[in-house]
Amino acid sequence: MLYESSPVAIAIFASFVLAVVGLSFWLGRKGQSAKGYYAAHGEIHWFINGIAFAGDYLSAASFLGICGMIAFHGFDGFLYSIGFLAGWIVALFVIAEPIKSLGKFTFADALDAKYNSRGIKLSVAISTLVVSIFYLIPQMVGAGDLIVPLLGLPHAVGVILVGIAVTLIVVTAGMVSTTWVQFIKGSLLVFFCGVLTSMILGRGLTVNTGSLEPQTRSVTPDGRVLVDGEPQTRDHDLRPVGTLAALPARYGDATTTGPLGPLEYLSVLEDSRIVTWSGKKSTDASGTHTVYTPTERAGADLLKPGGYFKGLTTGKLADKLDFASLMLALFCGTASLPHILIRYYTVKDAAAARKSTVVGIAAIGAFYVLTLFLGLGAMTSGALDPTSTNMAAPLLAKSFNETLFAVISAIAFTTVLGTVSGLIMAGSGAVAHDLVENVLGIPMDDAEKVRCGKIAAVGLGIVAMALGILFRSFNVSFLVGWAFNIAASANLPALVMLLFWPRTTKEGIISAVTVGMLASLTWILLSADTFEKVYGLSRDASPVPFSQPGLVTIPLGFIVLIVVSLLTKAEPKGKPA
Amino acid sequence: MGWNVAERREPGINGPGRAARIGFGLFWIYVILYFGFIALVLFRPDILSSRPFGGVNLAIASGLGLIAAALLLSVVYMVACRVVESPRGERR
Repeated sequence: MLYESSPVAIAIFASFVLAVVGLSFWLGRKGQSAKGYYAAHGEIHWFINGIAFAGDYLSAASFLGICGMIAFHGFDGFLYSIGFLAGWIVALFVIAEPIKSLGKFTFADALDAKYNSRGIKLSVAISTLVVSIFYLIPQMVGAGDLIVPLLGLPHAVGVILVGIAVTLIVVTAGMVSTTWVQFIKGSLLVFFCGVLTSMILGRGLTVNTGSLEPQTRSVTPDGRVLVDGEPQTRDHDLRPVGTLAALPARYGDATTTGPLGPLEYLSVLEDSRIVTWSGKKSTDASGTHTVYTPTERAGADLLKPGGYFKGLTTGKLADKLDFASLMLALFCGTASLPHILIRYYTVKDAAAARKSTVVGIAAIGAFYVLTLFLGLGAMTSGALDPTSTNMAAPLLAKSFNETLFAVISAIAFTTVLGTVSGLIMAGSGAVAHDLVENVLGIPMDDAEKVRCGKIAAVGLGIVAMALGILFRSFNVSFLVGWAFNIAASANLPALVMLLFWPRTTKEGIISAVTVGMLASLTWILLSADTFEKVYGLSRDASPVPFSQPGLVTIPLGFIVLIVVSLLTKAEPKGKPA
Repeated sequence: MGWNVAERREPGINGPGRAARIGFGLFWIYVILYFGFIALVLFRPDILSSRPFGGVNLAIASGLGLIAAALLLSVVYMVACRVVESPRGERR
C-alpha cells in the first residue's frame, strides 16, 4: 500500500529525536570517566534502570513484529510474548546478582572474573559482537520500514537517520544518555500502548463489510508495481483488510457491541467470525504476482495455537521440535543478551539489580498483555496493509485518528533508537574494553578508554547503517530469533556453569562459547528457513532437520564445557593464569 | 550443583546463600509452569481450546497467567530476599 507522509508525524518525531539528542549533549557536557561512559557511574536509580530494561528490551520486533503476527495469525504471536517475558525469570533468579558482583563494565568481565584469561576475553568479546550485530540488523531494517510510510522518505534514509541519532546519543554521554533514552522510550511505549488498548476496548467490536474480492499486486521485470493489473497510485491501491464478518448470535441484528471489558472483548471475539487475508506468490514472464485472498474463520480458531506455527497442527515431529527449540531459545536467550547484561552494572548493588529487574518484568509484562489487545484490535480494524505485517500497530492507530497514528509511528521509531543505542553501547564496550585493552594489552588511561569506546561506537554505528540497508527485505522477527538462538547457545552454558559448577575451567568456557556460537550460526545458515528466504533455494535442500538451532546447540554448549573442563586441570583458586 | 558464587561472593554471610536458594526454588516453579504450557501447546492443543471459565479459552487464560505468574514470583523473591537479609542489617 502507498502511504501519505503526515506533517504531524514528522513534527512529533523530529521533536522527540531533537529532545533526546539534546538531553544526551546536556548529560555529556561534563568530562567523563570510563566508569561513567561504560556503566553510568553505577549510580542509576533502580526504578529508572528497571524501566530502561523495558526500553532496552522492547525492540521493534516486540512492538511491530508481535502486533503484526497476532493481527494476521492470531494466538501464535502471543506465544512470542510469553517466551520473551519468561526469559526474564532466568535473568532475575539465576543471573542478576552474580553478574552484578562479578563484573565491572562488560559481560566478558563477569565470565573472566575468576580466570584472568585472554582467551576468554577474546571469545566472549567476539560472541558479544556477533550477537549485538545480529540483533542490530532487524532494528535497523525496522527503522527503514517505518520511515517509508511515516515521512515518505526512502528506506535507506530511515536507516541513516537512526544510525546518526543513535551514534550521537552514545558518543555524547555513553551509558548515562543511553539509559535515559531507554527510560523515556520505555515509559512512552507502555503508556501509549495502554492508551491505544483502552481506545480499542472503548470502541468495542463492529461488523464491517469490506469487499471480499481477491487482490493482486504485481511487480513487472522493469520494476513497475501493478495492482489488479493497473499501475499502483493513491487512488488505485490495495484495499485495507482485516474485518469482522459477524458478531456472536447473542447480539442478534446489532452490528456493534459498544464498549467492552478486556476479558469480555476476548470472549466476544472468540464467538465472532473474522476475515483474515493471506498472500500467495507466483512468478511468470510478466513479473512476480502476489494474490491476496480472504478467508472467513471462527474467532475460536484464531485464538488457539497453530495459526502461524503450522507444525502445531500438522503433527510432524520436526515441526514440533522447531517450535520447542524456539521457545527454549527465547527462555534462555534473554539472560544471555550482552546489551541486557551490561545494564546490571549501572546500579549500585545486587539488591538494586534485583529491584530493577522486578520493575522491568512489571513494565515488560504489562506491555506484552497490551500487545494481545493491540494485535486483535488491528485484526478487526479494517485498516491492515495486506503486504506488511510490520505496519499493523501504526495502522491500527490510524483507524482511530491521524494524530494517534503520528504518535504511535514516532514511538515505534524511537523504540528502535532505544534498543540500538543499548546494542552499540554493548558492542563499544566489547571492542574498547575487552579487545583493545584486555586482549591486545594496550594500556589506556581513563580518558583514552572513553575515547576508544566512542571511536568503537562510531564504527559500529556505520556498520549498523550498512547492514540495515543490505538486509532491507528481511522479516524483523525472523532475524531476532537468530540473535536469541546465538546468544543462548554461546553465552548461557558458560555463564550458568561458571556460576554453579566449581570444576569449570577456562578452557571449558572458551570452547563452550566458541562451539556454541559457531554451531548455532552454522545451523542457522544451513536451515530450511534460510535456504528459502535468504538463498532462494528449496526448503528440502536444507541438511538440518529443523530451523531453530537452540534445542541442539544449547545442550551442546553445556556438554562441550563439561567435557573440556574435565579434560583440563582447574587453576588453583585466586591464582591468575 | 554447588553454591559456588554465593559462597565466593559473600564470605561469612548466610543471607545471599539463602536468597539464591529461594531464587532457585522459584525458578523451578516457573520452569514447570512454562514448559508445562509448551507441552500442552505441542501435544494437547485441544485442552487449550476448551473454555473452562466460560469466557476466554484456556490458551489465552494460561498465557496471561504465565505473565502474571512471572510478576508474582519476582515480587515474592524480592520480598523474601529482604526478609532473609534483614537480620544481618543492610548489605554494603
